[in-house]
Amino acid sequence: MTPTLAAIRFGYGLPVGPDAPGDAGTLLALLAGPDTAVDLWPSITMAEVAPVWLVAATARRAARQSEAAKRDFRKALRAVQDQTFLAMRANIARALGSPDTMRERLVRFWADHFTTEAINRHEGALPAVMAEDAIRPHVTGRFADMLRAVTLHPAMLLYLDQVRSVGPGSTVGLRRDLGLNENLAREVMELHTLGVGGSYRQDDVRQAAELLTGLTANAKDGFFFDPDMAEPGPETVLGITYDGVALAPVHALLDDLAVHPETARHLARKLAVHFVSDAPDEGMIAAMAEAYLAADGQLMPLYRAMLSHPAAWAPDAQKARQPYDFIVAALRALGMTPEAAMGMNRKRVAGMVLGSLRAMGQDWGRPGGPDGWEEAAEAWINPQGMAARITWAMTQPAELGALPDPRAMVGRVLAERASERLIWAVNAAEDQRDGVGLILASPEFNRR
Amino acid sequence: MIDRRFFIRGLGVAACSAAAHPFLSTVTLAQSDGAAPLGDHRLIVIILRGAMDGLDAVQPVGDALFAAARPTLGTGAGMIDLDGYFGLHPALGGLKPLWDAGALGFVHATSTPYRDKRSHFDGQDLLEAGTGTDMAPGAARDGWLNRMLQVVPGMRAETAYALGRDAQPMLEGVAPARLWTPDLTLDLSAQSQLLLEHIYHDDDLFREAASEAMALAAQGVPEGDAEPGVNVRLRDLDTLVDFATGRLAQETRIAAFSLSGWDTHRGQGRAIAQSFAGLQRVILRLQAGLGADVWGRTSVLAMTEFGRTVRENGSNGTDHGTAGVMLAAGGAVRGGRVMGAWPGLAEADLYDRRDLMPTSDVRAWAAWAMAGMYGFDRGVLEGAVFPGLQMGDDPGLIL
Repeated sequence: MTPTLAAIRFGYGLPVGPDAPGDAGTLLALLAGPDTAVDLWPSITMAEVAPVWLVAATARRAARQSEAAKRDFRKALRAVQDQTFLAMRANIARALGSPDTMRERLVRFWADHFTTEAINRHEGALPAVMAEDAIRPHVTGRFADMLRAVTLHPAMLLYLDQVRSVGPGSTVGLRRDLGLNENLAREVMELHTLGVGGSYRQDDVRQAAELLTGLTANAKDGFFFDPDMAEPGPETVLGITYDGVALAPVHALLDDLAVHPETARHLARKLAVHFVSDAPDEGMIAAMAEAYLAADGQLMPLYRAMLSHPAAWAPDAQKARQPYDFIVAALRALGMTPEAAMGMNRKRVAGMVLGSLRAMGQDWGRPGGPDGWEEAAEAWINPQGMAARITWAMTQPAELGALPDPRAMVGRVLAERASERLIWAVNAAEDQRDGVGLILASPEFNRR
Repeated sequence: MIDRRFFIRGLGVAACSAAAHPFLSTVTLAQSDGAAPLGDHRLIVIILRGAMDGLDAVQPVGDALFAAARPTLGTGAGMIDLDGYFGLHPALGGLKPLWDAGALGFVHATSTPYRDKRSHFDGQDLLEAGTGTDMAPGAARDGWLNRMLQVVPGMRAETAYALGRDAQPMLEGVAPARLWTPDLTLDLSAQSQLLLEHIYHDDDLFREAASEAMALAAQGVPEGDAEPGVNVRLRDLDTLVDFATGRLAQETRIAAFSLSGWDTHRGQGRAIAQSFAGLQRVILRLQAGLGADVWGRTSVLAMTEFGRTVRENGSNGTDHGTAGVMLAAGGAVRGGRVMGAWPGLAEADLYDRRDLMPTSDVRAWAAWAMAGMYGFDRGVLEGAVFPGLQMGDDPGLIL
């Protein structure tokens, strides 16, 4: 029972190899070890994204001038899209190839916690590169380090309008009569740290917005601190006064927010809701928050407290797999290798993955707001979402080549979780295509 | 063939209780009853997600402080005068004939009871739940439109539709309502359909979602007469509105959907004009599609989670505020006026010295619309539909 749950609740499902973790201890041991997948299946990093971003931004400004310039811009956008496609291939390859699948799930969890969208197409690769550079290195480290890296990342600064926020008393603010934009300051507290129930007030949002002025980014320089945009003087947030120059007060505020008890509870609840249940055990959340605070904001103790709690291993599969998890788990069930995932052509990424995600309600890169994707099973298992999942299950597996024998596949993919009803239906299917489709469309496969 | 029972469900919350659903059998029986439980009036509720800037939609140009607060956002010469004090944003100018005919009005400086945190997500939760601040956001298990349906005997699923890809929590609850989304397709052989029904049998959530998907797919998508050159988002809206008008012309009395694109933190001038254009298109298409007779008995209420700051921010946009504007359109509305008490824009008159001060509860306007159209008692509206609401005096919203 436990090895199956370890694979489907904390990873991307069955089948798994002999080196896969089968319980809390082995899950944690892999997480505590090195991140081996990052180099085996390389994604995009800022070093590669920055020049492509700059070319596209420059081409965009020139695009109005001539037809030739417009073509150059389209070409530049294609290069941006190539990078987002590469990131998607690497995500899938790592999820299929690495035994440390919980790490891959955690990267997606935190990327969603720190949701960004590319507002303009030429910035299209920024959300993916933020996940790679600012989130992935920190998923088993200190939350404050992730929070700092994300808050200072161009993807976040552009998405939540920080690049437009100017201290009203700063050099630029006075000269050009510009002022604050509260968007990032509010979401840092509401979504990223304290939670909406937190004890912050509008004045705290305002003061934090003043404190964050100066953080900015553009295609030429990436992230930088612009002292001419920064509001002079100290700011007081949640009763603590922050003073100093450049990034020091920003780091100090983020470090304090990271280890605030409200942040601990907010993160613990979100993690428990994502991995375990839409209505998680309160005792588990309390234990997680306590472990996190006791470890001064280290994330491993937070995960350990969750995985050590009996509620995390409740046999009922209460969560619905989100569409991305569904597709990755289906590709695993169908036997796709990580090499095949890295080798998917554009058409396959666009159709089998991205287009299908959109149809299932998860338009990749467009969650529609900084609060990220919905967690509740009802948000995904609705008529439109089910129609798209059933359609995928019945049509896409055959695109990958020879279909597996559904009678053997049902045990390989669902082990003891396959119900009598499903086994009966798979055997009664009129062909292999329907049999495989029934497995992938089944409640057992879509819940975790 | 799909069992008729599967068409009917309480959206959302029915997931864990459908097997013992008290409405299933009664409603199934009620389908053969020809009488319309709500009479002839149609109520269409549009949620404007993201916090529409009411001060840009209906501009208080008669207030001397307005221009100073909005140095770049004011639309100046293009603004369309409404009553000498308020002006309409030019991107809503296509609605002026409705205003002139008395079939369009606005409520200014209105809000839900939500205050201070200015979170979209909590603000929308409260707006759709229709509860007061005594209940935590997100804690309500049903929405106010659904609770209205719950108090009407003989209700059937066809009476109310939630439309579009987003969830419509206003219609979630135990009263039956239908759901329609624009791009659902599902092509199955009879045998695969039977086997799918078999494997979903014991899982309420999957059984209901899949059954409705199969039923909706069988129903098909209406043929749109898409205008050339219309962008995808507007075409989508057209399809949705056309489906809604088709149903509202028949048995359906309640429709709910949402429009997004109102969170204008920067470059508001251009962004909001596009959103206004979409809203205007929806209202005019509803009017055209319903025809004079049905439109004459229709109220469209467009409401948002909160307004935006009085002063523009540092990036030619506005940040999250408090009071905003509700739009009311339709032949059943006594329009041609800007309703609600105007609080003024002097700093001392603002909420938190930054936002337009709320002078009415947006739920009261919705309640008076329901009272005017369907004859609900005040006690029902203040108790069951909007628990704890004080409706105040009848503002005469409905003709």
